[in-house]
Amino acid sequence: MLKIENINVFYGAIHAIKGISLEVNEGQIVTLIGANGAGKSTILRTISGLLKPKSGEITFEGKGIAGKPAQDIVKLGISQVPEGRRVFANMTVLENLELGAYIRSDKQGIKDDMEVVFQRFPRLKERLTQLAGTLSGGEQQMLAMGRALMSRPRLLLLDEPSMGLAPLLVKEIFSIIKDINTTGTTILLVEQNANMALSIAHQAYVLETGRITLSGDAKELAASEEVRKAYLGG
Amino acid sequence: MDFSSFIHQLIQQLINGVSLGSIYALIALGYTMVYGIIKLINFAHGDIYMLGAYLGFFATAVFKMSFVPALITAMVGAAICGMIIERLAYRPLRNAPKIAVLITAIGVSLLLEYGGMLLVSPQPRTFPAVFEAQTYNFGGFVVNNQQIVILAVSVLLMIVLTYVVNRTKVGKAMRACSFDTDAARLMGIDVNRVISFTFGIGSALAAAAGVLVGVYYNSIDPLMGIMPGLKAFVAAVLGGIGVIPGAMAGGIILGVVEALVSGFISSTFRDAAAFAILIIILLFKPSGIFGKNVREKV
Ligand SMILES: Nc1ncnc2c1ncn2[C@@H]1O[C@H](COP(=O)(O)OP(=O)(O)OP(=O)(O)O)[C@@H](O)[C@H]1O
Ligand SMILES: [Mg+2]
Repeated sequence: MLKIENINVFYGAIHAIKGISLEVNEGQIVTLIGANGAGKSTILRTISGLLKPKSGEITFEGKGIAGKPAQDIVKLGISQVPEGRRVFANMTVLENLELGAYIRSDKQGIKDDMEVVFQRFPRLKERLTQLAGTLSGGEQQMLAMGRALMSRPRLLLLDEPSMGLAPLLVKEIFSIIKDINTTGTTILLVEQNANMALSIAHQAYVLETGRITLSGDAKELAASEEVRKAYLGG
Repeated sequence: MDFSSFIHQLIQQLINGVSLGSIYALIALGYTMVYGIIKLINFAHGDIYMLGAYLGFFATAVFKMSFVPALITAMVGAAICGMIIERLAYRPLRNAPKIAVLITAIGVSLLLEYGGMLLVSPQPRTFPAVFEAQTYNFGGFVVNNQQIVILAVSVLLMIVLTYVVNRTKVGKAMRACSFDTDAARLMGIDVNRVISFTFGIGSALAAAAGVLVGVYYNSIDPLMGIMPGLKAFVAAVLGGIGVIPGAMAGGIILGVVEALVSGFISSTFRDAAAFAILIIILLFKPSGIFGKNVREKV
């Protein structure tokens, strides 16, 4: 579904992504793990069109998308939940969800999808008219996910959804991610919580300072000596 | 001055101040909306107000339009010019350092002022009288119909703007871009189009102010935008730059202060009052009356 071939991404002179290739197959959860500053977010931002790769190819469902403006990529069916949630804090929960559906104009479909989001995140429904900035961290994460789902993505990019959440909530979020996947959305999941990520993913890539060092079946990687030592605390 | 004449004078100056202030408010809105999205103090904004006044002048003097069509023509014309300026002068500098964009804005301002002199001559023009001047006397307070028109048009435009920003899809997109541009992009919002639209609206409001001032003072010239432009900037900062209701309130407050200063002290100190306000605000509450604590985007 998504294929990245040998991309290089720079911030000015900083070479953040050094010739990375990866693939996400339809229907799967693929996870990208790695330490702080490895370049995980940079990859997601490049897929979403917030950054342009200097070289390399990105194809989504057969179409080249590298360097396309972000709004076109959303329309093709890729949606991102950015690191740190980035909800519109000065707007209500409802307005945030409406913005998630910005590219759509099918009023009824938007309404129906909002109901689906409420089923998944009942707490959002209770807080519809509350300003997003006043939600708790977990609620903001749910809002950011609900907002991303409102564009009806076929590929959902999640950047550290467990960041800063209590263990119980992390569990809840991961079970929701799994559920979103089973109902037909392909997922590319960036995580520092490698344990959790590997437990729900099908495929995994390990990123180190801009390069992929390991990749393969998530279960196998979770069992491998190297990954256990470096990312799973022995 | 006895007490009752003091009160009388006070109320009269408040009336004058509110009508002058609504002009500042209309101009300040453009500053604040553009700043809200691209963090640019668009120094050419006062000149768009001048441009609007001239468009209104030609619409009425040459094309013999009546007030409302002339106002709309000026607003549409200025909106198009504002969008062209953004496209040609500011968009290519989107990723350039702030100072480069600021200098460009000053350049555009000078271009409009002196290009305007070249095109329409530096001579002040007499704005045609679009209404017969009438003054009404409400229990001793003098209000003329031009003040009423200024206030009515400004209030109407501000209501429409508030509706657009709060209730429409494009308004939500504007607020989203202003809060977090990258997050807005991830929603599929075409940020360039939103910026263009913002320049269009801001310019249309400034043009409306220009036409209203033309009607009120009867005289327009190519440098007429400099002082009101600066004052509207003060108004925007006073209200909290980037905050739309702040610009409205800041404009009205500034207008009232100026009217009180010229009524009770001397009109020579009018301009000084505006800049004294700027200095005081920058010293004690740089985020302005309605501004939240300054939170620069990362
Ligand atoms: N806007 C930027 N300007 C310059 N360098 C940047 C910028 N954003 C990221 N970098 C650099 O690029 C590298 C990769 O950053 P990135 O944010 O992709 O890492 P990450 O794997 O997501 O880390 P984390 O787990 O901390 O979120 C880092 O060295 C970082 O310092
Ligand atoms: Mg990151």
